[in-house]
Formats: sequence, C-alpha cells, structure tokens
Amino acid sequence: MLLKEGTVRIPSGCAISGLISRDGKRINGSEIVKSISYMHERSNGLGGGFAGYGIYPEYKDLYAFHVFYEDNSSREATERFLDRHFDIVNLSRIPTRKHKNITDEPLIWRYFVTPLPTKLAASQLDEKEFVVKCVIRINTHIDGAYVFSSGKNMGVFKAVGYPEDVGDFYRLEEYDGYSWTAHGRYPTNTPGWWGGAHPFALLDYTIVHNGEISSYDANKRFIEMFGYKCNLLTDTEVITYIFDYLNRKQHLPLEDVASVVAAPFWNEIEDMPAEQREKMKLLRGMFASLLITGPFSIILGFDGGLMALNDRLKLRSMVVGEKGDVVYIASEEAAIRAICPDVENVWSPKGGEPVIVKVNGGVNI
Amino acid sequence: MPINYIYPKYDVVRDSTRCIKCGACMRQCANEVHSYDDELDVMKSDSMDCVDCQRCVSICPTRALKIIPAENRLRPNGSWAQDDIYEIYRQAEGGGVLLSSMGTPKNYPIYWDKMLINASQVTNPSIDPLREPMETRVLLGKKPKKLEFDKKGKITTKLEPHLELDVPIMFSAMSYGSISKNAHESLARAAEELGTYYNTGEGGLHKDFYKYGKNTIVQVASGRFGVHEEYLNVGSAIEIKMGQGAKPGIGGHLPGAKIREEVSRTRMIPMGADAISPAPHHDIYSIEDLRQLVFSLKEATNYTKPVIVKIAAVHNVAAIASGIARSGADIIAIDGFRGGTGAAPTRTRDNVGIPIELALASVDQRLRDESIRNDVSIVVGGSIRNSADIIKAVALGADAVYIASAALMALGCHQCHSCHLGKCNWGIATQRPDLVKRLNPEVGYKRLVNLVNAWNHEIKEILGGMGINSIEALRGNRLMLRGVGLADKELEILGIKHAGE
Repeated sequence: MLLKEGTVRIPSGCAISGLISRDGKRINGSEIVKSISYMHERSNGLGGGFAGYGIYPEYKDLYAFHVFYEDNSSREATERFLDRHFDIVNLSRIPTRKHKNITDEPLIWRYFVTPLPTKLAASQLDEKEFVVKCVIRINTHIDGAYVFSSGKNMGVFKAVGYPEDVGDFYRLEEYDGYSWTAHGRYPTNTPGWWGGAHPFALLDYTIVHNGEISSYDANKRFIEMFGYKCNLLTDTEVITYIFDYLNRKQHLPLEDVASVVAAPFWNEIEDMPAEQREKMKLLRGMFASLLITGPFSIILGFDGGLMALNDRLKLRSMVVGEKGDVVYIASEEAAIRAICPDVENVWSPKGGEPVIVKVNGGVNI
Repeated sequence: MPINYIYPKYDVVRDSTRCIKCGACMRQCANEVHSYDDELDVMKSDSMDCVDCQRCVSICPTRALKIIPAENRLRPNGSWAQDDIYEIYRQAEGGGVLLSSMGTPKNYPIYWDKMLINASQVTNPSIDPLREPMETRVLLGKKPKKLEFDKKGKITTKLEPHLELDVPIMFSAMSYGSISKNAHESLARAAEELGTYYNTGEGGLHKDFYKYGKNTIVQVASGRFGVHEEYLNVGSAIEIKMGQGAKPGIGGHLPGAKIREEVSRTRMIPMGADAISPAPHHDIYSIEDLRQLVFSLKEATNYTKPVIVKIAAVHNVAAIASGIARSGADIIAIDGFRGGTGAAPTRTRDNVGIPIELALASVDQRLRDESIRNDVSIVVGGSIRNSADIIKAVALGADAVYIASAALMALGCHQCHSCHLGKCNWGIATQRPDLVKRLNPEVGYKRLVNLVNAWNHEIKEILGGMGINSIEALRGNRLMLRGVGLADKELEILGIKHAGE
C-alpha cells in the first residue's frame, strides 16, 4: 500500500524563487508565478506553492488561517475548535478557479481570527505561542484538517501540481504583496497530498526549500522536545520549526540562526576573534542537534523580510540579484531574468552565508 | 583420578622439528607452563595453568608453538555443558564464588550486528571526507536551556564546564592497580595526542601523571581510594562511579598482592592490604544523596569541572538516568553488560544487566520525552568493538563512547580473561615489575593513537557516505539505522525501522 505523506518520509528535489521590495512596494502575484514557471524542469508536477506577504492589509492585525479539509465533518470539528479559542472575524472559501491540471482539491478555507482574550489569559502563554499550540493541536488531533498558513497579513497557497498551474488555480494575480516566495517540488514518491507541498508555514514564518537533509531525524527528535510535532515528516516542516524555535522562542537574531543551522566549521571558529569564537562555540554547543547537514537552499519568509541560506558546503544552487529596491533570489538565474531581464549584481552566496533582506531596513510596516 | 579432576582447557602443541630450545617460552610464561628438561634436553609444557594468552605463541622465534582447545571432553550433553559441570566441581571443591575477568563470553545477542547503516544515493550527495571538511568534535556537558541577552542584544549566556573531544571516543575507567603503570601511561599519552580523555578508574592518580591532567577524568568510586583535593582538581572532569556493566550492583576487590608500594601510595592504603570497594556508596542510598555528592564535588572544584555519573545498564536504566539528569550531573556514562572488568564474580558478569544498545536507546528516548536530553550528554561503553559500533551508538543517541577492552587489545591484550590472577604476560593487568616492563608505553601509546585515528577515519568515511559532515548531525538520527532480523518489540525499543521499511 502506498503510504500517505506524514506516515512516510518522502525526500524531494525542487526549485525555489523569491522576491522582495525593500521599500515595501506591493508586487503583483503574477510576477512570482512567472518566475517559478521558468524552472518547470526542476519540478515534476507533484507539488507547487507560494507565500505572499503584505497581501491582507485590510486584516493586517488578524491571524489568517488557511485550512485544507478532507470533508465537511473535519471542517465542522475545526470550526468548533476555532470558535472555542478565537474570535472569528471573517471566514470564507479561498477563491480558486478550475484548472485542468489541478484535480482532487480538498475544501480550502480561510479564517481571519484573533485569540479570545479569556482563553489566552487562561493559557498563560503569549499570543503567538497560543496560536502555535492551537495550530499544532488542529493538525495533530483533528482528522482530515490541516492548517497550512497561520500568520498575520500573509498567506500560503499550495497544491499538488506544477507551480505555475497552482498560481493560476489560486488566482494569485488578484493579490499584491511586498514579498513573495515560490516552490516547485520534485518528490521521489507520489505523495498526492496537498499539505505536503511547500511553502511550509508557522505563524508568519514560511520556508521554501530545495534539498534533502541528512540530519533530519537528529533535528526532528531534538525540536520535538520543545512542543513541536513533526506530522508531515518533511525537511521543510522541521526547518520551519527550527527557525521558529531559535528566532521566536530563543530570540536569536536571524544572522545567528544561520550560524546554528549552517554552522561555521570548527577550524573556522578557531580562527575567529575571541568574542566571536566564544559565541560560536556556545551556539554550536547549545544547539548541536539543530545543525542541518546535507544539501539545502532555503528562502525563509517572515514578517517584513526574506532570508536566503545555503547549506555550508553549498550543495544546492542559489543565486541572488537586485534591481532598484527589489531583491531576487532563485535556484537558477533564468528565473530571475524571466521577470527582470536587466537584473544587476547577480551573485552566488557562499555556503552558510545568509542573505537577509528587510523591508525599510527592518522598520515595521 | 580424583572426582574433581579438571582436564586442562587447552593443549600446548609444540612442533619439535621447529623448536630450537631457546627457552623464550619458559622465560615469558608467568604461569610457568613451559619448562626445560636437562636430562632429556627437551622443552616440555604442562598446560594445566595455561590461560591461552598467546604470549609464548607470539614470542616463539620459530613458530613452534600453538595453543588449541583440548580434545579431551566430557560426554556431550545438551543440558549440561562441560563448563557448567567443571564449575560445579570447582565450587564443590573450594566452596567459593567463581571469579572471572573481562566481558562475558556468553552468547548473548549483539544488537550492533543487527543494525545496518544508511548511505546516500541520487537524491542527496555523499560527501568525500578527503575533499570536504568532516567534523568529529564533540562537546560533552550540560547545555544552557535558554539564551540570555544584555540590553544591547549581546548574548550573556556562557557554556557550562564541559569536555571537548576531537574524536567521539574516550578511554574508559581502568584503575592503576588493576592495570599497570605502563598501561596507564600509554592511555594518558594517547589521550593527550588524540585530543580526548582517559579515566583513572578507582585507583587514584599517580603523581607522575598529573601532567596529563587536562586529558584526564578522575574517578570517585565507593571505596574513595586515592581521592583528595588535589586529585579532584588536577583532572578535567570528575566521574562518580555508581556501577560497572560487568558487575552491576556489586563493588570491587583488588587483591593485596597487587597493592605494591606505588599502588599503595596512589590509593592511600597500606601495602599488601586488599582494596575493597563497597557495593553501594555508603553516602548514597538514594537519588537525593547523589545530588549532594555531585554538588560536593563541584564545590570542591569551584564549579570548574563537569561531573559524570557512571551507571551500569540495568533494567530500570531509563528512569535512573532521568533522575541523574536532574541531579546536577553533566554527563551520564552508561556501561553495558558485555563490558569488561579486572575481576568479577562469574555469575554476576554473565547474568546481570542488559545490553548497552537497548539501554542507550531507552535512555535517550526517555530524556527526550522529558525534554531534558540537552541537560546531559550520554557516553556509552561496554562492548564497543569498532567504528561501526560507534556510528550506531551515536545514531541511537550517544554523544560519545568509552572504550576499554579494545584499548587493552591495542596494547596487546589477547582476551585470556585472567586479569584477576595478576600474572598478565602482556604487562597490562599486573603489577609484577618483570611483567610490567614488557609493555613499553612509548610503543603502547602510539598503538592506541593508531587505533583511534583509524576508527576516526572510518567514522568520517561512513558519515560522508550518509551525506553528513558533522557527527552532531548523526546524534539520535535513528532514521540512519535499520534493523535486520529483529522482532517488533526490539525495533520499538531501539526506535528504528526494519530494513526494507
């Protein structure tokens, strides 16, 4: 019997693309769809997806939950749960259009919610942790329901199919955002489940990832000590949790998060100035099990920025370029040139060297 | 013949056409198996006291000797093996407890051999350790739970005292007394050269070896032999020995014959007196008492040294380890029941405790279930035979391994299982000066360095094959293992899938 994603680990190769306006200008979703379509050969029609930031300005203070349901009973169970924990300000089906290559779609719903103050106070958690706990609860315990996007003023759109078809299916030309990421998947198995497509998201963190990490179970078994449940058994899922844990829970700046997951080699650390050496030693010692080995190129999306990172041996291609206030990142330069023919300063970041781009220099928008 | 006659286990076979009567075998055998008959001008041997240590065979210049299992045997019996019957004869005669040395020779399952390692194919690349960096450094000790920052956002958290290993291999506790000074010197110098640690065992530390302190783990065991303030401070870590895999639940006994002048001074006990380590620490009757000893030792060393608590792998090991992790210990060492010993009651050695593979798997999982795995490091020992065992141990969840039997073999041990007799022909488990000098520490330490370097090369090769370039990313990475020929329950405890899954 063919096992469903989440019951078996499925490695996959991929294409990734991302773009961001440093000035916070809003870019139409069709741009990123066009970019990723130029890497059609890098995916095999078994998964595609997008994350857009700044796409829900009218609801920017509410958590936007995007949910897949297998049937109406899982939807009803989830909505009962949401009702108990959140104030649901708006709910609707996510608008899609029929597409000949996108079939067997689940029910796809969107909710704009805010935690119920009484529930939040009773939980003794901060707001984000409360939301995370609720999302993990739904994904683990409600059969047939899967929350695949849960941040504010951002959203993930994904499906089984080629990414350009997925973008068309979700009518991404109707959305504008200050940053976008995209993913085309090439799994080595037939997952046939929409939840397994990328980006993977938790709160406003999204990850698109190309690679197959060899440290998977070491990372998974470590991160699960801190309340995460790796339900999907995918690399992307565990990488997202690692970023959430280090950046949100341990308050480690993203530059340093990069030094944990793609840690400098010990012989490089030996040559660092004393203060930096101590810090790197602390980070490698404390978070040894969060070192990610094996090939990866990832783009992390977060509220107000993007970060691109390669594994420390640079076993996957990834280039960065810029034009005006827009920074482009992609597995192949062709995907950038497709939407920005005169892109400038194209370069390949070194293995383990993070590229972090923030809107308005990191000022909140 | 009297009814308690026990036929020798081995026959010493001498090829008289090769023997040149040089007498080397006679001079080399501390068990006095060989002799020269003047009248007949022949070399003779009486295998009654032969322990099959292979010294004479190795030293014979003309390869005239071999030791083979004796052909004489009791009538074969499916229920009563010859050894069972002979042991009854010996106990009927002497009324004593049977003693043995080294690890159990019984045929218990070796789970290392029932696990297979993964490798990369197509979807991710394997890594060539000759071309790319491949890291085997390990930091052992407690890790902080939470990062703290000052107002400027600078990290203020510090690493707790820890051990830094260039290879994930340390030399396990063997006391000066149970093994010779030359053996100790070999271990100390090898540890220094390899960037790792050796362990004093419960015998104190000879003054000559204080200079190797930064590569030394000093042990505090139930007899407290050789423990004083300077001793505690000279090492890099302190190990509290609660138990030993070869003899869980019982103490130790170093016969007075081994307590000569230097051993006596180092242990701080009279010459010729038996050194008896009690079964329990008499100040530790419970987990809260352990916590007090951990902190007493930390106080005594001004909180500059990590404390290791070493336990034998017993049935309830996961719960015990969890208690230890909460007792202030920085490192837990678990010793499996196939581990060696200088002397143990045979029945205990062969029947008490559990295999290290299962103990490790359940301890690692328990500590993760309780979210305290990063509070302690786990070191396992007791039957690590080669680099593949180490890879499997790390993948199950160990931070590093202890080796002792293998280290002694590198020094010449031939596993004759007779350490308790004190007449080790290889100069290892003996205090007789004429025997000790056979082990040249200059040669010994190089052989240890060779062994560990060879294993480390192999570890790097296998890591690279898995597409991993740091041993940290293998730790607890159980998807890299598959079982072969294991039942569901065994797979469940090991936390691994069966091959083909």
